[in-house]
Amino acid sequence: MKKFINNPEQVVVESMKGLELAHPELLKAYYSPNYMVRSDAPVAGKVGVVSGGGSGHEPMHCGYIGHGMLDAACPGEVFTSPTPDQIYDAAKKVDGGAGILLIVKNYTGDVLNFDMAAELLKADGIEVEQVIIDDDVAVQDSLYTAGRRGVGATVLAEKIVGAAAGAGMKLKELAELCRKVNSNARSMGVALTSCTVPAVGKPSFDLPDDEYELGIGIHGEPGRQRLKMEPADKIVERMIEPVIEDLPYQSGDEILLFVNGMGGTPILELYILYRKAYEIAIERGLTVSRNLVGTYMTSLDMAGASITLLKLDEQLRNFWDAPVKTAALRWGM
Amino acid sequence: MEEFTTETLISWCRKLADTYQQKKDELTELDRQVGDADHGLNMARGFTAVATKVGGMEDKDLGTVFKTIAMTLISTVGGASGPLYGSLFLQAAVKANGKNTLNTAGLYDALNAGVQNVMARGKAVKGDKTMVDALLPAMEAFDKAKDGKLTVALDEARKGAEQGAQSTVPLIAKKGRASYLGERSKDYMDPGAASTVILFDTLYQTVIDN
Repeated sequence: MKKFINNPEQVVVESMKGLELAHPELLKAYYSPNYMVRSDAPVAGKVGVVSGGGSGHEPMHCGYIGHGMLDAACPGEVFTSPTPDQIYDAAKKVDGGAGILLIVKNYTGDVLNFDMAAELLKADGIEVEQVIIDDDVAVQDSLYTAGRRGVGATVLAEKIVGAAAGAGMKLKELAELCRKVNSNARSMGVALTSCTVPAVGKPSFDLPDDEYELGIGIHGEPGRQRLKMEPADKIVERMIEPVIEDLPYQSGDEILLFVNGMGGTPILELYILYRKAYEIAIERGLTVSRNLVGTYMTSLDMAGASITLLKLDEQLRNFWDAPVKTAALRWGM
Repeated sequence: MEEFTTETLISWCRKLADTYQQKKDELTELDRQVGDADHGLNMARGFTAVATKVGGMEDKDLGTVFKTIAMTLISTVGGASGPLYGSLFLQAAVKANGKNTLNTAGLYDALNAGVQNVMARGKAVKGDKTMVDALLPAMEAFDKAKDGKLTVALDEARKGAEQGAQSTVPLIAKKGRASYLGERSKDYMDPGAASTVILFDTLYQTVIDN
């Protein structure tokens, strides 16, 4: 394993310090427990939008703190959910008196820890809403699994909900908007390689050179199916077809098409994927009115990609277009 | 000794910290197969913090120490195991509140209340391939021996946990991250069940050593 690491135990804290030094105008870091907040928090009268999750998915979530997106984010250890005290302290710090919205990816650990934090906040008399993001079509949503995982839709939800919160939307409506984003979004990911957790020092799963894994999550957990390596266009077909069929996205729908790199895939390749995904969307009669292509939600050093479709309407499109200024997403200001 | 005291509880924590450090790679390897390769690291980190926190609490009642263990696990372990193991010790704290010693039946009541709390929070039932598959058989075995000697009852409990953990090997996971794998979660012991075996093994060893 060759990585830019001083001490595997310190990767999260050292990275937080670097992010704060690079963007002091946007965010401020706190330690023990670890969290980051907007530099101008709390914003009086605005709902505090808080998210978090295991580290290793950068720029998610700390890279999305700032104007028009998150008020606070809680990075856990690598691939480990944050703990209730982190979430509680972060939420208290950004509470502007209008309540707190917690955006939670659907993983057992995240859900349990955010639940406990929500109980603590409610005990203090703070109004809290939690929205679970579960857009990954690779997982069967049934009584026999922990349910679908939260993946690409998380980034889109944080952007749209952050813009709406900035525009003064109240807590209940904001939670509804977040659920609408989640229910309009579907995703699928693939891995060409595994990833290596710094403290473990070896790949999270073994993947031979001539195979790829379809339906991976973002924690190096194995996917559902292993296939022989194929040309990019064929892989895109295998990713996007189940996504389109699931909602389903129908001819005439307006969509945002999001092609995301998992950390170890060059941007060059992501646009090869986008090109084919766009063609398939057009063939299906979809209108691709917005897009996002790049490395926005990673799985450490994994080579791989995910495709997310979000069905848009005027409300979602307007909040997507609203100005945003964060370390990783920035436009209009 | 036939009573479970604050000192026993603190010795147990120290032994857990040592044992989870030793078995860190083994547990993480199991989690690499069906999860996300962090369970051993998280348990070692959590119980190392616990051992530090409870050091010097010998003059406190069992409830206070159980609660300290719970809050430390909740704030240092992360993942699902933090809130789940935390819930176990938190409810045990309620039962042991104000007490300096527990007899065999008293320890059973405290731990059993804790296990019920784990099930309430995690919503897993027997057969879901989770820590519950080791916790429940441990408590069932403990229950049958709770009117006798502490060492005998804890020996039964650890055997129950071990058998329960072995029973998870052929199961398909229905809860937690392993459930994403479907059929591919077969043939591995659930990492949470494996860490539960360590919990009960270490408890038995602590009481024998004292």
